[in-house]
Amino acid sequence: MGAIKKFMYINRTAPYGSIYSLEGLEVALIGAAFDQDVSMAFVDDGVFQLKKGQDTSKSGMKNFSLAYSALGDYDITKLYVEKESLQARGLTVEDLMPLTYEDQDDDYQEKPSIRVVDSEQLADIIAEQDVLLNY
Amino acid sequence: MTAFVEFNGRTYDTDEEGYLANLSDWSPEIADYMAKLDDCDLGDAHWEVINFLRAYYQKYQIAPAVRVLTKAIGKKLGKDKGNSKYLYQLFPYGPAKQACKYAGLPKPTGCV
Repeated sequence: MGAIKKFMYINRTAPYGSIYSLEGLEVALIGAAFDQDVSMAFVDDGVFQLKKGQDTSKSGMKNFSLAYSALGDYDITKLYVEKESLQARGLTVEDLMPLTYEDQDDDYQEKPSIRVVDSEQLADIIAEQDVLLNY
Repeated sequence: MTAFVEFNGRTYDTDEEGYLANLSDWSPEIADYMAKLDDCDLGDAHWEVINFLRAYYQKYQIAPAVRVLTKAIGKKLGKDKGNSKYLYQLFPYGPAKQACKYAGLPKPTGCV
């Protein structure tokens, strides 16, 4: 086994206008099999990916937003959402899906996966990463 | 490339590995039939996993990777079932891969 690297998937696009966000989610889920330190960031229109109550029935597209709830099962427990991007779109954390994970080091307590950070904090987190993938 | 499975006088589209192309084509009968093609007889223990996978897909819209399936089964059905040994006995070609096929789901996300 090699050293564990820090992987971050940065999601910048709205969920259904292009294939980017679905691909980003799938790659994150696939990558989770390799026991790396994985996190995801949601900036710009990417914050819409986490919005509650998505309804794709009239667009004929699959509503893949439900799959974000499985990220905890895949041990992807750090979802950073940029505060400025939320604010610019009139959203707060209350408008996002209440995603959680079970903390194995703390008696499997359910904890929130979404962490709202400002752009400066996010820049620091990005600077710590070994690998960045943009979607 | 298109592939298909013939069952009860109808053809059903699949991907090149035999996973049903349309979720709505699935029925317990076609599951039994697909399993027979692999020389596998589905018993109650198999159905427990298949039904679990279908419920998981319904809830999350993804077919879980084997590691995730094992953990989730352990939580729902107990540790004696949530382990690789038990699941591989049921589905020797890989619990997630093989059970998802009979469950009419796509190949698991995170399965390479």
